[in-house]
Amino acid sequence: MATAITDDTNYINAKSGIASWALTVDHKRIGIMYLASVMFMFGLGGVMALLVRTELLFPGETIMSPRMYNKVFTLHGAIMVFLFIIPSIPAALGNFFLPLMLGAKDVAFPKLNLASFHIYVVGSLLAVVSIMMNAVDTGWTFYTPYSNQSVGTTTSSIVTITTAVFILGFSSILTGVNFIATVHKLRAPGLHWKRLPLFVWGIYATSVIQVLATPVLAITLFLLIMENVLSLGIFNPQLGGDPVLFQHFFWFYSHPAVYIMILPGMAVVNEVIATFSRRKIFGYMFVAMSSISLALLGFLVWGHHMFVSGMSEYATLVFSGLTFLVAIPSGVKVFNWVATLYKGSISFESPMLYALAFIVLFTIGGLTGLFLGTLAVDVHLHDTYFVVAHFHYVMVGGTVFGFLCGIHYWWPKMFGKMYDENLARISFALVFVGFNMTFFTQFVLGSQGMPRRYYDYLPHFQRLHGFSSIGSYVLGLGFLVMLYMFIKSLMSGEKAPRNPWGSAGFEWQTESPPIEHNFHHQQVMNRGPYDYHLATEDELFDGFEEDRPAKSE
Amino acid sequence: MASVEQAHEDAHHGPKWLQHHFDTPIQQFESAKLGMWLFLAQEILFFSGLFVAYGLVRLSFPDAFAAGSAQLNRYMGGLNTVVLLLSSLTAALAVRSAQLGKKDEVSRYLIITILCAFGFMVIKFFEYRLKFEHGLLPGTYWHPHLANAPDHMHVFFGLYFMLTGLHGVHVVIGIGVLGWIWMRNNRGDFSKEYWTPVDLAALYWHLVDLVWIYLFPLLYLI
Repeated sequence: MATAITDDTNYINAKSGIASWALTVDHKRIGIMYLASVMFMFGLGGVMALLVRTELLFPGETIMSPRMYNKVFTLHGAIMVFLFIIPSIPAALGNFFLPLMLGAKDVAFPKLNLASFHIYVVGSLLAVVSIMMNAVDTGWTFYTPYSNQSVGTTTSSIVTITTAVFILGFSSILTGVNFIATVHKLRAPGLHWKRLPLFVWGIYATSVIQVLATPVLAITLFLLIMENVLSLGIFNPQLGGDPVLFQHFFWFYSHPAVYIMILPGMAVVNEVIATFSRRKIFGYMFVAMSSISLALLGFLVWGHHMFVSGMSEYATLVFSGLTFLVAIPSGVKVFNWVATLYKGSISFESPMLYALAFIVLFTIGGLTGLFLGTLAVDVHLHDTYFVVAHFHYVMVGGTVFGFLCGIHYWWPKMFGKMYDENLARISFALVFVGFNMTFFTQFVLGSQGMPRRYYDYLPHFQRLHGFSSIGSYVLGLGFLVMLYMFIKSLMSGEKAPRNPWGSAGFEWQTESPPIEHNFHHQQVMNRGPYDYHLATEDELFDGFEEDRPAKSE
Repeated sequence: MASVEQAHEDAHHGPKWLQHHFDTPIQQFESAKLGMWLFLAQEILFFSGLFVAYGLVRLSFPDAFAAGSAQLNRYMGGLNTVVLLLSSLTAALAVRSAQLGKKDEVSRYLIITILCAFGFMVIKFFEYRLKFEHGLLPGTYWHPHLANAPDHMHVFFGLYFMLTGLHGVHVVIGIGVLGWIWMRNNRGDFSKEYWTPVDLAALYWHLVDLVWIYLFPLLYLI
């Protein structure tokens, strides 16, 4: 039964040439291509963010005209949401690690997986084309009537960018279909639902939202495109349409989309907390079910984006009440992470730093969400910087920190190289401090009445705006250090062992980087992914007896 | 995680239609079927946006909807319903024949299904042509040759063309898919053991049929 594992072939060097990447059906290569694409888009959106913050350094014109400013903040939002955050963790890390964690050879539909990557590329290119043609200035939400009687932009550029988002939606849907089928049907023997790694639970819940919410965005954008091309009269009030209907449709997708963004971040943090505190996740089933209930609750709260859009007050009451329910599964997660840490054997490597930062920042983001879910308070805070700060704490403090946490944690597995831990800690400190400088300030600005999306502001806000902008430069510097660190690791990082963190997770039991077919042998799971109490320290780092590759005779 | 079996691709056994990452034919079949149902779920949600818009606009402009609906030809719509129902039956029969491994029957039933799909599109073409001639077109192209068309009747025709147009696109895609399955059947890809693609294509075709079953009464009858 023994095979020789002397050769160094892995998924990266098994085949070479551009076609072997562009036409691959290997989930690991597709994951890496997604990773490169979303990081590029993150850089692009990040530059837009720095331009916005630079313009806001001082009142009045600093570096760009008001019209240009509208375009830049619109593109920052649209790129970050549709091209970066939505595909970030599920499509990049999910593609790579979902099959590995299930002990499978690939996702259920490898060709479909490749197709969804190609669709993503086509959508991204179209989005870039539309930016170069004449960028939109409607805000990333494309609200009507901005998006059908716009002053600063042309109909054609709205049609192109919404078509791009329409196309990107199908990439997301197909990935979701693929992952759900994979989790249901490709689990290795012994891997029953109560043994599933929590990353898988999180990605599974995300996929459910992707499949059920994204088509509604697709039809909404389709109708918006047709409204622009044919003047249908469904959304355009001048023709008898209802612009609030567009908002309902849009948020019916885009609120669940918030959970497409945050659930994968939580999913990564589960894995990292368990690994670096050497403990079984406290209340495993509660954490798993909280992902599912967040996914379902996410469909029932879209109205809280529209408290001042002219809904009936009974509807706002119901939406407000349902919004508070979201706090329950979110609280379950936070408390269970803290309980997992309690009496754990904690070590503070860089992935763990990101995971702990995630807990803190997500808690701030989540609790300020309750302010906004409260009807009376929301009227005061609606469309102020308080909202901006709230969702950045969730999207950046939550999802981006979760994404960075995952990249740092799984980098040795993905590329087979270690990175410079000191540089990683320095960049973490810069990112953490810079992030809080930028966005905590905005809570203060917002509660003092600074409206979001404004080009100009009253002189007495200058100190806070200036502080926030300087924070964004610190944040940017942190990302540059991180980029340097990862490039250095790829160039000259030392070879990563199979399991550098001593994790009991299934994905660490194969080679770093994994071989083309993931595992040398058919996997049979006879323990859970967090069974640290069953293992000695040696077993964690060197592998369990039955996991060790058979030595060649 | 003991090594119970060698899983290298060179050690991979099984029929040639079994993809390398599946262990057993039943696993492949169940995965494909689950994937298709998920895809159909998203199709339903895709159309649901249009149905909600229909309900809301209808509530706002009931007269315009009554007048718009009166302009549609119930007989042509009814005939199309019969044509599609027949095609769904033959699609289901094609699956049954595939399960029994009767290649020629599969081919025959698929051809009838495809012909029905073309028939649907031909009837739809004549309907559309009438609407074009009468100027009953969406939005900017609205120039009705009617004595006293109520306000906002153009919104009804906007929705009519969106709903039937997107449905028509699905019919055309269906023709492509069924044609491809027909070709693969003639090539001898399917057998008593392996008929998954026939099943999935038929599932898709039933959904196209189902959407029309709702469109017909909503647009033509009420």
